[in-house]
Amino acid sequence: MAASSRAQVLDLYRAMLRESKHFSAYNYRTYAVRRIRDAFRENKNVKDPVEIQTLVNKAKRDLEIIRRQVRMTRINCDMEFREEI
Amino acid sequence: MLLRTAWRRTAAAVRAAPGLRSEAPARGLRLRVVDHAPQSAVPSDTATAPEVESVLRPLYMDVQATTPLDPRVLDAMLPYLVNYYGNPHSRTHAYGWESEAAMERARQQVASLIGADPREIIFTSGATESNNIAIKELEAAIQPDTSLVSVMTVNNEIGVKQPIAEIGQICSSRRVYFHTDAAQAVGKIPLDVNDMKIDLMSISGHKIYGPKGVGAIYIRRRPRVRVEALQSGGGQERGMRSGTVPTPLVVGLGAACEVAQQEMEYDHKRISKLAERLTQKIMNSLPDVVMNGDPEHHYPGCINLSFAYVEGESLLMALKDVALSSGSACTSASLEPSYVLRAIGTDEDLAHSSIRFGIGRFTTEEEVDYTVEKCIHHVKRLREMSPLWEMVQDGIDLKSIKWTQH
Repeated sequence: MAASSRAQVLDLYRAMLRESKHFSAYNYRTYAVRRIRDAFRENKNVKDPVEIQTLVNKAKRDLEIIRRQVRMTRINCDMEFREEI
Repeated sequence: MLLRTAWRRTAAAVRAAPGLRSEAPARGLRLRVVDHAPQSAVPSDTATAPEVESVLRPLYMDVQATTPLDPRVLDAMLPYLVNYYGNPHSRTHAYGWESEAAMERARQQVASLIGADPREIIFTSGATESNNIAIKELEAAIQPDTSLVSVMTVNNEIGVKQPIAEIGQICSSRRVYFHTDAAQAVGKIPLDVNDMKIDLMSISGHKIYGPKGVGAIYIRRRPRVRVEALQSGGGQERGMRSGTVPTPLVVGLGAACEVAQQEMEYDHKRISKLAERLTQKIMNSLPDVVMNGDPEHHYPGCINLSFAYVEGESLLMALKDVALSSGSACTSASLEPSYVLRAIGTDEDLAHSSIRFGIGRFTTEEEVDYTVEKCIHHVKRLREMSPLWEMVQDGIDLKSIKWTQH
């Protein structure tokens, strides 16, 4: 797999932010957006391609977690509308 | 009855509006708390159509009582709640093997956070059970020259950090067992059981963004610390805690520990900043506010403030948009002031005026600002109504007043 380019990293960054904004819970949503921004900012000067790839792989895994959890909390918020017994 | 009908209409309206949930939420920090039936309030801070009224819940500022699950923790747990449901002690099939592998992975994650060996971690139902196991050890091994020192690492009411390393050093040199309840400290401040010479440590899942109902006890192997089991049964967890280990819960605890290890520095920096912001803003706007607990040896995320001439419970009720506490959840049923505040020598009246603000991983600057604003507003309002405050303003020394005739 070719090393991640600047464009790919930026795409990943945008995708993560976009997905995070779909968290229905205020605290999760704000945390995800803030953490992603801070993490990418913190690592922006990393030069070693191996390290970059490790970070990119972790970010991809985190993106998948966000995708799954956004759906999970969305589904569970819906259930709040159910009548309580 | 009426509430439910109104609620269902709201629900139908929100569902009818197309494309709602996919929009980025428009809500900032608008809050409207419904006084009736808060347990049925809908957490609806996604984008709402303007004509629909949403019932919102209070801000959560009570992380010392419990913490929400980190999404990464839930993500790790779900497969074990849904698909990989085997008993980790079943030795004869894949369900058992995969469950056991997950349990051992979680054990490693917990051990790694505190510098322990995985064989020294026993899973329990929580820090309370771990505390009981540790204390029972004293009864099991009592000899003229052994005893047990048990100290909290970080206090849950005032956030004070105890000098664990120093205590550990003393205990080790006197050959006394050292136990610490690290429920509020694990994953928030660096802990190493070897550097700090800790023999026993209690860990709680739901204080570190993990699930409720699970914890662990660290029991040193070298030199061996002998512990007597609280509950007997099938001999699981090296005979020290029988009962099927709940794989989904321990996976959650492990994931919470791993996330905490990665996020500790970032969280600590951010929480310190927010704590500074909260205390400075309040103290600069209000006179006669005391922070309880040693300011130097203090975990920033737990701020306990006493507002003189204001009754703590009435301030809590006034701050109904914010979930707060005065004193620990364990004792919140009674109206007695906190034993911790009494122990540090706080005056009785100030002890009744204390509020605990909890800042955690998910707390935002907006939430802090809102809490501060409401707090200042209500303290001022309550003081205006207070005859004690009036007397103080007139220059009367309250300690000189004779309150009784006889």
